[in-house]
Order: sequence, then C-alpha cells, then structure tokens
Amino acid sequence: MIRYTLTRLTSLILSLVAASVVIFAAIEVLPGDPASVMLGVNAQEDTLAALRTELGLDQAPVERYLTWVSGMVHGDFGVSYTYRTPVAQMIVDRLQVSLPLALYALALTVLIAFPVGIWAASRRGSFADVSVMGLTQLGVAIPNFWFAMLMVLVFAINLQWFSAGGFTGWGEGPLLAIKSLTLPAIALALPQASILARVMRSALLDTLSEDFIRTARAKGLTRRQALWRHALRNAMIPVLTIIGMQFSFLLAGGIIIENVFYLPGLGRLIFQAISARDLIVVESVVMLLVFAVVMVNFMVELAYAFVDPRLRVRR
Amino acid sequence: MTETDMSLLTIENLSLSIHGTAILHDVSLSVAPGQILGVIGESGSGKSMTAFASMQLLPEGARCTGRISLAGHEVLSLTEAQMCGLRGKAVGMVFQEPMTALNPLKTIGDQVAETILMHEKISRRDAMTRARDALARAELPEDRFPMTRYPHELSGGQRQRVVIAMAIALRPALLIADEPTTALDVTTQAQILKLLTRLVREDGMGLLIISHDLAVVADMADEIAIMQRGRVVERGPAKTLFQTMQHPYSRALLAASTHAPDRTPGINDDALLVVQDVVRSYTLPRKSLFGAPRVIQAVRGVSFQIRRGESLGLVGESGCGKSTLTRAILGLEKVQSGEITLGGQPVFTGHRPNPEVRRRLQVVFQDPYGSFNPRHRVARLVTEPFHLSENPPQGAARAAAIAEALTAVGLSPEDQHKYIHEFSGGQRQRIAIARALITRPDLIILDEAVSALDVQVRAQILDLLADLSERFGLTYLFISHDLSVVRSITDRVLVMKLGEIVEQGQTEQVLDAPQHPYTQQLVAAAPRLPENV
Repeated sequence: MIRYTLTRLTSLILSLVAASVVIFAAIEVLPGDPASVMLGVNAQEDTLAALRTELGLDQAPVERYLTWVSGMVHGDFGVSYTYRTPVAQMIVDRLQVSLPLALYALALTVLIAFPVGIWAASRRGSFADVSVMGLTQLGVAIPNFWFAMLMVLVFAINLQWFSAGGFTGWGEGPLLAIKSLTLPAIALALPQASILARVMRSALLDTLSEDFIRTARAKGLTRRQALWRHALRNAMIPVLTIIGMQFSFLLAGGIIIENVFYLPGLGRLIFQAISARDLIVVESVVMLLVFAVVMVNFMVELAYAFVDPRLRVRR
Repeated sequence: MTETDMSLLTIENLSLSIHGTAILHDVSLSVAPGQILGVIGESGSGKSMTAFASMQLLPEGARCTGRISLAGHEVLSLTEAQMCGLRGKAVGMVFQEPMTALNPLKTIGDQVAETILMHEKISRRDAMTRARDALARAELPEDRFPMTRYPHELSGGQRQRVVIAMAIALRPALLIADEPTTALDVTTQAQILKLLTRLVREDGMGLLIISHDLAVVADMADEIAIMQRGRVVERGPAKTLFQTMQHPYSRALLAASTHAPDRTPGINDDALLVVQDVVRSYTLPRKSLFGAPRVIQAVRGVSFQIRRGESLGLVGESGCGKSTLTRAILGLEKVQSGEITLGGQPVFTGHRPNPEVRRRLQVVFQDPYGSFNPRHRVARLVTEPFHLSENPPQGAARAAAIAEALTAVGLSPEDQHKYIHEFSGGQRQRIAIARALITRPDLIILDEAVSALDVQVRAQILDLLADLSERFGLTYLFISHDLSVVRSITDRVLVMKLGEIVEQGQTEQVLDAPQHPYTQQLVAAAPRLPENV
C-alpha cells in the first residue's frame, strides 16, 4: 500500500511539473503583447517599455518560468495585469464560490445517480429500467444552461423560492449561501447525474453477470443481497473514475452556469482574464485547475486501492 | 421404501425450455445419500442446466415442467424466498472456474462465513470459527492459509477448495459439482476429486458431479448418467456401465474418449528444430525501493531436438514454463542465453524474430473462440500468416491457396466468405489449422490445441492432424496437459517441471514406465477409464 501510494505521488509530481512547462510554453508562444493590450493601441513606446519591465517581460523565458513556479510554491501567484490585485487573493475569493458549488453539485450527482443506477440495474429490461434510462438520455442531451434558465423561470420568478442569481457570500450565514448555490448546483448536476447513473447501471450489470454472483446465489443470497453485498463494490472502479473526472469538470466547467446565475466563480474569472489577455491570471488559474485535477485523480487512485485489495500489493 | 423416498435429489421427467427453446427433455435422475452420481455429456447436452434447474438458478425466461424433489422439498412449487433458504443449506454447489467463482474484494474467511450467516442466526465470530473448520475440512488449514487472504493470493486449486468449503460449510445433504476440475492441472484435479470423495464418504452427502470427461467420473462415481441433447440416453452403475452400454451415443462417446488416430510416422533423421541450453528469466518489480529485483527463471537450460516428420509432446502443469518456451521458439521473445534454430537458422536475429524462419513455423492455440478477429472473414483470417512472406501470393494464386488450406482441413472453399461466429468450436479449430497450414510450414506448434474441444470433436481433430502430418510432411510440437491425448498423437514426449525437462523419451515408454518421480506423479494423477473397456 505504501509502495502504491509512493508511486502515485511520484507520478502526481511529475504530472504537475510537465503541466506547468506546457502551460507556460503555450502562453509564451501566443501572439499579443499583454503590455500593449493593457495600454491600448495609442500607448507611447516608452510607457509600454516601462510596463514591460514592471511585468518582467524583458527577462529571459527560463528565468520568468522559474520565478513563476517558485512564486506559486510559496503561494505568490503574481499580480493581475488588469485588476492590479494579487492573483492569489482573487483565486481565494472565487474558490469560495466555485469549490462549494462543485462539491454541492457532485454530492447531488452521486445522490441521484447511485440510487437510479442501482435501481435500473436491479430491474434490468423492465419498463422501469427502460424509462429511467430514457430519462437519463434526456438529461445528457438537455443543455444545462437552458435547464438553468427554465429553473430560474419556475423557482425564482414564478414561485420565488430562490433568488434568480448572485451569491450572498458566506458572511450572511451558510444556509443563505447554500440556498443561493442550489439552483446552479442542480443545473450542473443534472447532466452529470445522468451520465453517472448510466455508468453505474452498466458497471453493475457487468458485475452481476460475473461468476462470483452465481456463487453468492448458490449460497442462498437473494438477488438483492447478491447485488448489495457482492456486485456493488466490484462495480465501483469505473464509477470512481467517472466521479473523479466529473469533479474536475465541475470545478472549472461551470462558466456558463456561473454566467446564468451571476456567480463570481473561477470559471467567470478565467473567462474575463482570457478576454482581457490577463495572462498572469490565466496561467495561474489554469495551473490551479491542473493541480486540482491531478489531486482528484490521486485521491481516486487511492480510493481504487481501498476498494480493490488486488491493487494494494503490486506484484 | 421406494427409490424416491430414499433419495436426496429426485428429478422426474424434467423438461426445461428457455424463451421457448427446449433445452431438457424428460430428464430423470436421482442421487441417494452417500452416493456419487456422475453426469457426462458434451457441451450443450444440458448437464449443467439440469444442475441449475435443481438449484433453480436458471437464466431468465426459463420454464421447468416435471418434478424435482430436493431433500424432501418439491423444488418446482417453492417460492424464490423458500429456494434461497435451501440453497447453501440443503444443497451446495461447486463451479467450473475457480479463478472467477470468488468475489475478488472479500477475504476467503468472510466468503465462507457468509454461507453460515445467511442461514443461521449466530454471531459473526461464531461464523468465522465455523468457516475456519470448513476451510480446514477442505484442506486449507488456517496456519498455512489465514482467513484474511484474498482470492488473488491463492492458486486455482486452492480457490476451488475455498468454493468447496463454502458449499459444505453447513453440511448440506447434497453437493452439486459442475465440472469442478476442468480448469485445473491433473495433479490438482486428482486432489480435488479425492477431497470431494472424502467429504461425501465422511458426511454421507450425496454428490452430483458433472463432467465432459468420462475418465474423471469413471473413477469416483457410483452411478453414471450420459446425456445428449437434453436427454439422458444411458444410466447405470459405474462398475458395469462401460460393459453394458447400449445407446449408440454412449458407445461413440466412449470410443472417442479412447480414440487414437492411425499414424505411420515418417520420421527423418535430420533435426528440424534444435533448442540448445535455452534460459529465459523474468525480472519482477522490486519488493522494496532498495532491494534487488526478484528474478523468475521460467525456462532453465532446456535442450531438445525435433526431427523432421516427428510429433513431439510437451507435458507439464501450469507455470512449468511451457508457454514461455513456446514463445521463445516462435521468436516472440528473446532468450537470455542458449540458441533455438529451425533447419539450422536462428529463430531470433538481432532484436526481432527472423522472418525467414517464422514463415516455416506456425502455431495453433487452445481457444478457438478468442484467437480470431470476429470482424474479419475467413479468407482474411487464414491468410494472416502471409504477412511473413516478402511476396505473398496475389489474385488467383491467393484464392487457390485459401481454397487448398480450407479443403485440407475438411472445410469447403466457399467457407472463406463467412465470418468466424458462423462456425462451431471444432470448425473454428479447423480454420486455425488452415491458417497455420497456408504458408506450408515445416513445424506446427499445437498449444493445447484440442483441450477446449468435446471428446468427439477432439477425436476428429486428432485424426485430421495425423492425416495432415502424413500428407504435408509436417512436424508437430504438441503441448498438452492431457496425457491421453499426448499418448495418442506423439512419438516422443518431454516432461517439464519448474522450467526444466525432467524426463524425455518414447511416449509409450515414458507414460507406461515413468522414471522421474514427477512423471510418476503426473501419470498416477491422470484420470483413467477402467482397463477392461
């Protein structure tokens, strides 16, 4: 188990280093000088040069890369070109929205997908199975921003149960904050839950046809007992993989939903930074997202080993 | 008392259909306490379905008519909940494939204890104690096989013992074993059969054992039933059945089991394949970060020759290095030391197989289902080896080659337009042989090539191989765990154990008067039909 964890950790660090190089290089080769973008087309040549010096654009790329990386290791992500505030502070502010939203949406995803997937698998081929799987098909197909707007119409405008958008902040009490994240979380969770339910169902059906399920039935377990005691845990590996990918997506992929609900999240930050060519912010947020994805994968892999004893001892 | 009253399991006029397709017709069988009933038949004969019907573990859409009485219960009128109460308690079951029959995520102790916990309201602790006893009775004592082991930490034979422990944990009146040893090596098979017999005798349990192999059942069963196409065609006491059997199918089955093709070996004196001091070892991942990596010596200094026209057998149990040696001969792997030459040329040159030699060397594998790409037509499948040729035949020459190869193996040239799923297992194996033949090789390696086939089909394929060897002057390296097959088709035999050849010689001589203790053990373990058949 220790060996397994160590190997995973090594690959985690290597992935981060590789990602940082790629992100830095990609931004290096992009056309467009941030200084001239920030100052506009009519800027004086000497003002531009001064800004370039201030931003460190006159240094060699290798030097800039090292400064960037060592800064990030110490929590210093630089200062935004456009907002003139520390990027670290901006990220922390945005994470207060995006992280709870992603976790909330993920929790909803799992809470919807597990029962639905298990239920459909245990009634394979029945009317219930077919109709539920039809619904998930629909859930994958419906664009979530459209569904979000529909919810705003029904629950915010007509019923007035929720506010149509915005985020109250955590200062007003967690309940209010959670309430303002509820509609966005549902909108984000709907397609994800549909996907996960389908994965859950097919993974369960695969394991239900395994020989050891027949063995369990020969011991006197009912179908239900065999499903809960033997099939479910065996079906978890593909399900965990998808959950990991979904979390990474929910953290960064909520741009459209954040826009629909006027939420100051990471997605909006990166969108604004890209349009303003605020490359320091783009670089840092992308790197942060890579870090999150790699960490989530690391945790998923640890979870694999927890689920499957065969992975604990690597032969 | 009537037969019915005494029996644990009585099946009367059982008919079974699945989604309207008739599977069983009027099957009648019975097992008494302490009795072993062997049910024999080829694949599709309905023997497994009879067992599953007794347990009511049938696929969806199955309909049973007739009568099944199990330990005093009328099975066909029980509800599913009542059946769950019987399964595991009144009747235990052992399956064919021990590698997949256990839940990989649960310890063996938990899995055995589960049988007990399902049926008795006792504490987990007590259940574990009884699980330990059950495992010990299945010859997995706790001091050597702790109950915290996971299935992947055990061998196939050991896993089968776990399945047996689960099945007998509650001392059921009846045990059903469906091909319990088919996936195991001969010596393991002998041990498992002995264990099952001992448990039956100790507990006075009834045993219904299903096998495709007459010899496996002949040794241990009291009664034998032979099934064909969903019917019991012959029933009788094991002692006399082989002398008295009447039904043409039973006779054909017996004949096929002992069938030896007519062979007139045309052996030349020149050595075709020379294997000299071959060593192949694998480096395993390090156990700790700084320890030396472990090395497994799969093949340790093996030397032998095959003469042109000869049929050489290679026997040994799983893990003995047979497959590694085969891969080395095929040039699929580099060997650490030693040399393998075919007709004087090395099979491996530089870092890749020598194409010159590979063309003259073909292989037929065990699994006629897994060794073909299902999306290609037969014509493309059998011409695969042509990629080894620098200028493979084109157009009419290619068509002629396909037709010739298919005709040679007893198929029609028209079959080249079909896909592989349109053929039976035996026909697929013929296609595999056609694929091997098409480059007109000198040597064909048959890697367990008839092991997955039913006895009658196996007899036909053996005849075909004998015939082809004469017609095309082929040389065979015949790898098998089945000594009776090796006896019938090979001139000489090598016995391999732990990467070394421990004995070699004329097949008859080695198998009739084995010298090495390991060979003696193998020969003793091999199931045999009664002498006077």
